[in-house]
Amino acid sequence: MIQVVYDGTYEGWLTAVFDIYQFKFNDVTFGTEDRPSTSLFTGTHTVITDQQKASRVLNGLKAKLTTEGLLRLYRTFLSEVDQSEEIMLQFVLHVFDSKVNIEGDFGNSNVWNLRKAARIVKRESYRMKAFVRFKLTKDELYYALIEPDCNVLPLIKSHFRSRYADQRWLIYDAKRKYGIYYDLETVSTVQLHFHDTKGTAADLTEICDEQEDFFQELWRRYFSSTNIEARKNVKLHLQHMPRRYWKNLIEKNGQ
Amino acid sequence: MIQQRVMEKLEILADAAKYDVSCSSGQSNRKNKDKGIGDSKGYGICHAFTEDGRCVSLLKILLTNYCIFDCGYCVSRKSNDVKRAAFTVDEVVELTINFYRRNYIEGLFLSSGIFDSADFTMERLIKIAKKLRTEKNFNGYIHLKAIPGSSDDLIREAGLYADRLSLNIEMPTETSLKLLAPEKKHADVIRPMEFLREEILGYKEEKKLIKNSPLFAPAGQSTQMVIGATKENDHEILGMANYFYEKMNLKRVYYSGYVPISNDDNRLPTIGTAVPIIRENRLYQADWLIRYYGFNVNEIVGTEYPNLDLDIDPKLGWALRNLHVFPIDINTADLELIKRVPGIGFLSASKIVAARKFKMILPEHLKKMGVAYTRAKFFLTFTKSFTTQKDLMGSQIKYQILSQQNSKYKADFSNQLSLFQ
Repeated sequence: MIQVVYDGTYEGWLTAVFDIYQFKFNDVTFGTEDRPSTSLFTGTHTVITDQQKASRVLNGLKAKLTTEGLLRLYRTFLSEVDQSEEIMLQFVLHVFDSKVNIEGDFGNSNVWNLRKAARIVKRESYRMKAFVRFKLTKDELYYALIEPDCNVLPLIKSHFRSRYADQRWLIYDAKRKYGIYYDLETVSTVQLHFHDTKGTAADLTEICDEQEDFFQELWRRYFSSTNIEARKNVKLHLQHMPRRYWKNLIEKNGQ
Repeated sequence: MIQQRVMEKLEILADAAKYDVSCSSGQSNRKNKDKGIGDSKGYGICHAFTEDGRCVSLLKILLTNYCIFDCGYCVSRKSNDVKRAAFTVDEVVELTINFYRRNYIEGLFLSSGIFDSADFTMERLIKIAKKLRTEKNFNGYIHLKAIPGSSDDLIREAGLYADRLSLNIEMPTETSLKLLAPEKKHADVIRPMEFLREEILGYKEEKKLIKNSPLFAPAGQSTQMVIGATKENDHEILGMANYFYEKMNLKRVYYSGYVPISNDDNRLPTIGTAVPIIRENRLYQADWLIRYYGFNVNEIVGTEYPNLDLDIDPKLGWALRNLHVFPIDINTADLELIKRVPGIGFLSASKIVAARKFKMILPEHLKKMGVAYTRAKFFLTFTKSFTTQKDLMGSQIKYQILSQQNSKYKADFSNQLSLFQ
């Protein structure tokens, strides 16, 4: 068994695949520089990310997969589920091993495991397109905090850019401590340093636009007025809007 | 003070609009033009879910709940003693824009009580949509009500700004409409629907030839029927729905289980009567079978079985009435037939057809693919038999499937007992 350590980027992982083929590694587990494994290995191989190697692997995959299939691989990379890199490797091995496109081989566990992980990410990126709640600051920035299970920012970037083309916005992933910021021209990745007291009432009134509270309150009122009490179905409500997301949803945080 | 009044209005006019169940924001494809606000994707986004489990996608409000009509089923009817309010054009525009910019909504669903005249009401609705599109460069989703009785010119203008237009038939038959809304006729709704069908078709044809011709209600039209307020059976209801899909090219028919709103009207169920949620659900299931599974409406309901079973879904109901079709071999059967197997959805069905090119499909593969195998197994056979299938009667299959599932609505399955008869 060998542990392959890479830098945590997608290019890094693709380079790792290149190395695995080159050195004919068998029985691989993955580690990243900031996520070292504690178990015992017979050896460790450290990957040096290489654009050329990465794009050779990527082009090989492109020749054998549909766009959606390739996207599924990338989504799985962002899923952060247990063993995601190993699931990806098994899938890629299977892809290169076969002469035909194997995406439709649903009976195969390599194909199925990847779909399962990718689906979690797809669902959550859809949810984040829905659950982002922007707040307007005094200097006309619309900002939102999210804490998703998966690393979805790269997947929702283009949606928000095309939709909110005429307003400056920032979506910050508080779990992964980075955000995406649109300055009316391009979207860039940013890192911010919040104080520990972030989110307190005093902080927010200080930076928020004077109309902001009013619209939040309007939204809360709308949310409760549009509910039909006689049809109450909490189970369904929770299924669609799981509790773990409530923290950043204005309508679930009454004042 | 002004803010306080807007909040109050929003509460009144959202409350009055909530019985319109349509909240779809999909099927339109409007791009963000010249760096304006918003766009519409082919798929809708549900931004929140209320405690009744329904999706909140659009800001759904009435322009006003003042109304000159007195329809028994409607909470805003003239004789009902409720708080009345009316938004101004600018208030609706500001609300929509500010909610949209904060990513609360996909757009606006605007309906209205009829004040003064149909044309006057329609003009106001159009004014709002027009202001959003032309002054604010808003490209989000707009669903407008077409007011029955308003002029063709106005309805056409509405189509140039709205993504979807809808006219609610409300009562599944003319008899019920006469009973509850004597001032109205089905024709008032059907005629503008026909007009819209032709306009939508015309603009679509034009768009094929001239690329930059304007969009006209790209998400089509929809309607709604109230269920359980009057005596119609499911055969009549689905027959009507089928008519809308086939003859009017409607994108959606919505079924709205009647929520009792009054105790003083002996024509209607009183407050406290349960909302027919199961029945509504079964109607939606039947609706999907017709639209996506290739079922003919007559296979699902007919003169001999005018109502859908409440305890089992309509697909299982069909299968039990047609046991001669089964069992089928999943490895060789046509896609269309696989879609008809209870427990197999249309996505699973196409997965099965794709996967069987690689290897023979066995039960464990089906389970992996998301098939409800405990339900499907009664209708399937495998080339290499490893379980002996008993000869079961329809009622035995139904009993076995029902004993495996657990519905919180079990108590509402009124014909439960008929199982053992």
